[in-house]
Amino acid sequence: MNHIEKQLSAAPRNLLYVAVLSMMVAALFVWSLTAVNVQNIGQGGLSIAKNILYGLTHPNMDMLFNFSRQSILYLLLETIAIAFLGTIVGAILAIPLAFLAASNIMPKPVSWLTRLLLIVIRTVPALVYGLMFIRVTGTGAFAGVLTVGLTSIGMLAKLYVDAIEELDTRVLESMTSVGCTTFEKIRFGIVPQLFSIFLSVIIYRFDMNMREASILGLVGAGGIGAPLIFAMRGYKWDEVGAILIGLVILILLIELMSNYLRAKLVRGE
Amino acid sequence: MLNKLFPPKKITLPNGKIVLQNRSFIPFIVLFLVLCTLLSANFTGFSFKVLIDRIDEFFIIVKAMIPPNWGYISKVWRPLLDTIKMSLLGSLLGALLALPIAVAAASNITKSKVITVVSKTLLSILRTLPTLVTALIATFIFGLGPTAGAVAILLFTVSYVGKLLYEQIETVDMGAFEAMQSIGMTRIQAFRYAVIPQVLPSYISTSLYCFEGNVRYAAILGYVGAGGIGLLIQEGLGWRDYQAVGLLILVLIITVYIIERVSEHFRKKLI
Repeated sequence: MNHIEKQLSAAPRNLLYVAVLSMMVAALFVWSLTAVNVQNIGQGGLSIAKNILYGLTHPNMDMLFNFSRQSILYLLLETIAIAFLGTIVGAILAIPLAFLAASNIMPKPVSWLTRLLLIVIRTVPALVYGLMFIRVTGTGAFAGVLTVGLTSIGMLAKLYVDAIEELDTRVLESMTSVGCTTFEKIRFGIVPQLFSIFLSVIIYRFDMNMREASILGLVGAGGIGAPLIFAMRGYKWDEVGAILIGLVILILLIELMSNYLRAKLVRGE
Repeated sequence: MLNKLFPPKKITLPNGKIVLQNRSFIPFIVLFLVLCTLLSANFTGFSFKVLIDRIDEFFIIVKAMIPPNWGYISKVWRPLLDTIKMSLLGSLLGALLALPIAVAAASNITKSKVITVVSKTLLSILRTLPTLVTALIATFIFGLGPTAGAVAILLFTVSYVGKLLYEQIETVDMGAFEAMQSIGMTRIQAFRYAVIPQVLPSYISTSLYCFEGNVRYAAILGYVGAGGIGLLIQEGLGWRDYQAVGLLILVLIITVYIIERVSEHFRKKLI
């Protein structure tokens, strides 16, 4: 047996493990197939698909390019405002929760309880919060802001916690040894370590919140979702096309901007 | 250019050297952000007064959800399983479909620039559409029910896994690929034996992670009629049957938690 064959036979063999897992995935796949049925896509579905394509290629230009309260530009601006303010609210509220959940600062029970709370906040669907906040503020963009803020907390706090737990404590020790006060330690030891990571997380979340804010209209919490669903239910395909085009372009732009800013932050400029 | 507008600050060190320190733009950035915040607050009608006066309404609903209505649970199983099936099917098919698209989008494997640019643009456009909007459109095409939800999840999974996968493929070590080509393998064989082993763990891990997220998304897709537990949540909130909603949310949290644990177990093994 030469050297190469020896190396080959030394490779770990977990064929059985892989086979069993593949079988399980295949079984789950077959099981999940029972949920769908493709029989009822008749002529209706195809003609609607054709209509949507027609709407996308012939959007309602008038709606796309004026500045009234029903225009796409106004609605998109409202969506941005909801996402922006929601992100700010969430980013501020998440900071204390993140420090409470960090296991290297807080005692175990406190951090565990806070983490549980964060999981609960994260799992409740945004639309449920939307419907609950509508009871508080009435329909409109304000409810959307609160919803986006609350849903952001879960993810923001989780990512903040990761940053806090990776704090380099040696910096703080050396600052203590040269006689810095507590305030100086926080300002020059902790803030610089966390600030850019927090900012990068917040920008990323803003990007996600744009999508979140654009669907909140479905429950009446402001933004572009409501006109979209009304246009679809009313079979006004040119309006659907105009709204979708506006939404896609806006989200692409925001994503490009967010990627650019985050790349800058990572390089430390 | 900015340095010309705002000349850097000169600091003279004790040994006579002059150091230039660039001006910080943080005051301007903060000012800009504060302005944006005020404008948005104005635009959305944000008011602390309303918030303080009426926030207890929110907690009244939360209190009404406790204790959950356990008798409702017999009605929950079917939609819950539908939700899981929908996300499983969408994630599996989506992850499989993402593979060829990612290969087509990876500029080191596909030599034709047109194909890579088209595939990348397709993936970005798919990714911008919120899942709920895709589901809404899908309900019009595929009819109400879990099929539409599965299609929406499939499209999202393709875009998400596809993007991460082509980034992975573009950063693999191409040495092995070239070596295999030089001993006479075809491009497909070289891809199979040189690139796939490098990207497979992260591909499976991304797909599992995407599946976790999809269960969350699938839970709300019922809201637009795309099947699953979302429809029950909508009904419960509409009829103010908050105890039922409490149970639904509890069941959802437990399901998502279990799926996250299982998927995390396998993802840790992969890395």
